[in-house]
Amino acid sequence: MNKPQLMHYEKPKHIKDYPCGPAAPAGTLVVKNAGWRTRKPIVHKEKCTGCCLCYLYCPEGTIFKENKKVGIDYDFCKGCGICARACIHKAIEMIKEGENGEY
Amino acid sequence: MGNTKMFVSGNEAAAIGVKLARPHVISAYPITPQTVVVERLAEMVEKGELTSEFLHVESEHSALSAAMGASAVGARAFTATSSQGLLYMAECLHYASGGRFPIVMMNANRSLALPWSIYGDQRDSLSLLDCGWLQVYVEDAQESLDMMIQAYAIAENKEVLTPVMVNLDGFVLTHTYELVEVPSQEAVDAFLPPFETENKLDFENPKNMCFSSSPGDNMEFKYQQHRAAAKAAEVIKEVDEMYHKKFGRGYGGLVDGYRCEDAEIILVTLGSITGTCRVVADELRREGKKVGVLKIRFMRPFPEKEIIDITRGAKVVGVLEKDISFGYEGTVYTNVNSALLKSGKPIQSYNFIAGLGGRDISKNDIKFMYTYLEEAANGVKKEYIKWINLGVDTDGEGN
Amino acid sequence: MEKEIKRINAHNITDKEFFYGHKGCAGCGGSLAVRLALKVLGERTYTVIPAGCMSAVGFVYPQLCFSTNAMISTFAGTASMLSGIAAGAKALGIKDFHAVGIAGDGGTADIGIQALSGAIDRNDQIIYICYDNEAYMNTGIQKSGLTPFGARTTTTPAGENIHGSITQKKNMFEIVAAHGISYAATASIGYVQDFMNKLAKAKEVKGTSYIHVYAPCPTGWGTPEDITVELAKEVVDTGLWYLAEYEYGRFKLNKNPKEFSSVENFLRKQGRFRHLDEKDIAYIIESRDKKWEYIRENWEVA
Repeated sequence: MNKPQLMHYEKPKHIKDYPCGPAAPAGTLVVKNAGWRTRKPIVHKEKCTGCCLCYLYCPEGTIFKENKKVGIDYDFCKGCGICARACIHKAIEMIKEGENGEY
Repeated sequence: MGNTKMFVSGNEAAAIGVKLARPHVISAYPITPQTVVVERLAEMVEKGELTSEFLHVESEHSALSAAMGASAVGARAFTATSSQGLLYMAECLHYASGGRFPIVMMNANRSLALPWSIYGDQRDSLSLLDCGWLQVYVEDAQESLDMMIQAYAIAENKEVLTPVMVNLDGFVLTHTYELVEVPSQEAVDAFLPPFETENKLDFENPKNMCFSSSPGDNMEFKYQQHRAAAKAAEVIKEVDEMYHKKFGRGYGGLVDGYRCEDAEIILVTLGSITGTCRVVADELRREGKKVGVLKIRFMRPFPEKEIIDITRGAKVVGVLEKDISFGYEGTVYTNVNSALLKSGKPIQSYNFIAGLGGRDISKNDIKFMYTYLEEAANGVKKEYIKWINLGVDTDGEGN
Repeated sequence: MEKEIKRINAHNITDKEFFYGHKGCAGCGGSLAVRLALKVLGERTYTVIPAGCMSAVGFVYPQLCFSTNAMISTFAGTASMLSGIAAGAKALGIKDFHAVGIAGDGGTADIGIQALSGAIDRNDQIIYICYDNEAYMNTGIQKSGLTPFGARTTTTPAGENIHGSITQKKNMFEIVAAHGISYAATASIGYVQDFMNKLAKAKEVKGTSYIHVYAPCPTGWGTPEDITVELAKEVVDTGLWYLAEYEYGRFKLNKNPKEFSSVENFLRKQGRFRHLDEKDIAYIIESRDKKWEYIRENWEVA
């Protein structure tokens, strides 16, 4: 897999459906981290040169390479703002997260 | 069958058993009286008789930790320890059983400090009955050898996947010499297939292991672990029977009753003292006394049903153990008594605390215990817990 | 003897993310260290992470944030579990893999040091990474052996009588070097290219390698979450942390600043140092100077 994936999870109904001991297939996610944000990064594509500094510095790995520039996975971005400060072209701007948490 | 006979110590017999089981990884830290096991294994590796990665770890905690790492990638792992080392790795014991790693560990039963003592008693492993490991107590060198092989068959069974501790009495068993039959490698290979599991780190199917669980899941994992340990009782019996068929030696599964069928007085034992008890029982039988010996082999899973069945006809049961849970009673007694109470039939039971710190238990001591039980059966009021051979006057207090 | 090591950078590094969806604080330095380490080491990696922040945020069933093989070890047992993995995989004939442990400062310098020492002694084929946020952060910011002089933690509170921690950081880099380790390095997430270069080097090492990566913690240090990487750069620029390697039995300094940037500015940005007075800061600067005098005299300087 390219990265841990969000999947639908339901608590097992029968003891046999539990994994054997604390071991389970790698990289299964059940919740997003989006709700943590109070501000969110927006990439101004016209300024982005695809240098990928933000991609390197993101502690979450939510910045990905896209069409020689970068995109952001808002399901898991926590809005820390490291990317905005790292960008030497000032292409990333931190804006206030939507009032209802919509993004 | 290709058997050879060798004159070896308990430790050496255990090492031979381990060699025949072909562990991939051996990690061990030396501690008296286990040292001979790891020394012999190191020699076997050096000679090329055993292909194992031998890790000279820097502590017992690391010994079991390394064994878990090896088990996690699907390798068969072995380690060995005793008393202080067993307790040093205590955190890892729970980790290994909770992690469902089928590791086999030899433990030389030795008295726990303080005071310091290198001599044998069973306080070390008995204080860890709750850690989730299956625990077997072997009686002689032959059983030591055989159980190392059986332990892997039990541990690695898909319905068990629980680590097994094989206990040998320190010095009295680890360091005494007996003639043992050594099965051939081919025969053992046919009995014990290579370790296969899906519960491992694997590049085809990567796993996240040893994770945390929230209060919403933890009990389910623990219930699953408990169920597997209980299920092990059946597997233990099956493995014992299969081993008996293949190698000609059976040990009775979870318990081994001796002359208990019509016994009125039964002495419950653990480990190497059983041999002496049988000799005394025979002597008393010749005097017309209806006595028997019930050797508990596995303390976990606890053979509650077997104990109830075997003691059904008895008037009185005594539990002889090299252990005490300070402020209360011996732990083996607590377990046995619980079974007896559940039987619904009132049987008097008494606890003999003996042999702590390596104090010898003689035939006379055992005779004393049978006499004590006989008097109790005849209505004499007896203290339910009796410290054997305590060499001082205690003003009749406690004990 | 020096093999040409392929340089990994932002453009040729794998696009896969092996540590994702975790519950680390926003701006967590440690999680960046883990993320980059795993990207450089690749898919055939067994990762061991002890009790601490990274395991607490990455492994709470059913949110499992590692897409490659990973397991939690006991707090003291990272290096020994790694030794077991390396031995087990070797015995099974598994080849071309990395066994990496990523432990915090407490799990490395304090409770984990025994197992680490043993692993280095055995020259086990493992990579050990210490992400240093300078305290036991997962349990709520308590002093560890790598807490620097003057830092406020919950067990070294700063008040009238005592100004925070009164001990200096244990020198883990030189401790592992003293074992004669095959390869050791210091790094910082503020100098990611250097960190990735060192990871790429560790991949090729025969035997044990150790990388000590400075990874600021906004929560524990009292800093805004967006300056984590800048702080990690600044600590190197002030000389309070150095980028160095130990290889072939010799120490080599990778970066020798002509001039150090202001220690006081650096410290005062952080809530954990705000109580320091002039004497404390002077002492910190003096200790730095002493150390650099020694380094410049004795180590190979790039």
